Amino acid sequence: MYVIVVGGGKVGLNLARELIRNNQEVTLVEQDRRAYLRIEQELEHAVEYGDGTELWVLERAGIQRADLVIAVTGDDEDNILICQVAKEKYLCERVIARCNNPRNLQHFKLLGIGPAVSATDLILNIIEHEVPGHGLVHLLDLPDEKLEIIELEVIDGAPAAGRTVSEIELPDGSLIISVLPRGQAGFVPKPDTVIRPGDEVLIVLDPGLEEAITSQFAPDRVPR
Amino acid sequence: MMVMVVGAGRVGSSVAKSALAAGHTVSVLDADPLSHERLDAGQPTSWEDAGGRFTVGTAIEIDALLAAGIEEADVFICSTNGDNTNLTVAQIAQRRFGIPRVIVRVLDPARSDWYAEQGLHTICPTKVAIEMFSSAVLEPIER
Repeated sequence: MYVIVVGGGKVGLNLARELIRNNQEVTLVEQDRRAYLRIEQELEHAVEYGDGTELWVLERAGIQRADLVIAVTGDDEDNILICQVAKEKYLCERVIARCNNPRNLQHFKLLGIGPAVSATDLILNIIEHEVPGHGLVHLLDLPDEKLEIIELEVIDGAPAAGRTVSEIELPDGSLIISVLPRGQAGFVPKPDTVIRPGDEVLIVLDPGLEEAITSQFAPDRVPR
Repeated sequence: MMVMVVGAGRVGSSVAKSALAAGHTVSVLDADPLSHERLDAGQPTSWEDAGGRFTVGTAIEIDALLAAGIEEADVFICSTNGDNTNLTVAQIAQRRFGIPRVIVRVLDPARSDWYAEQGLHTICPTKVAIEMFSSAVLEPIER
């Protein structure tokens, strides 16, 4: 696989190192002369000097035959432009963009640039997983398939607490696929399985149903 | 018409002033509050007294674009000093807000050409300068 990484900061340089270690062919593009010279000492021919948003720089780096272009500069507009020309002009099938400011994610989406990776969102996701009692955790998002799997803790007094699976009013397009009682092994529930406060449930759902589902299991915790 | 200008540098501020003088509603967005001085320069009244709008904000921030009135704009001009900012914001104006006329300054001739092919109205001052220089260079010298 031939990979072009644009942006030789901490993210880009470490990505390039790892990819090279995994025997991938890599060109890193860095526009700051001093940074470039420093990186060249280590990566030698695998780094090019230039503004990676300029077409001739990308062409010199061999974008026509790139299998993957990764734009990880510190500037979201640059990352958007790099990925856009990679996809639409050079027909590179796979791009990955770094989104520095999560508020700019909407622009990446609008212009069809993805996946866009935001460090802030990654950390927020980790907080969702790591901090107990936060309510709803997204275990898996499959945006193309329009499916999600979430994990929810059933709180005391919730409509679902103490009821059987068949009695719980779930919106169409959602299904309880697993029950994880506290401290015990999880299992696939039957219609007569009773859901108790403190249990965790895994639910597969169509995107957008989180709120309706949360109101059944943890009504005072509104997902963001 | 409502004309919105993003980037009040030499080009943006001059275009804004001539659009206002021609009787249009003009709203200018720039990240630098001091850029307002260019709008006042050489004018008998201040920009606001002349009927102009000015918003301080970053071009790519939706909140700033909304505050400057992007939803009412008929014409949208991107003239910041960054090609990539101009091209990104222009596409937001075109695709998200459906503004009928979006004009973008792109200094890099190659990107200007390619984005023009993709349907953006680009203006490349570098290309104009190259043409003028080239023809000036080739003019016969009279001694």
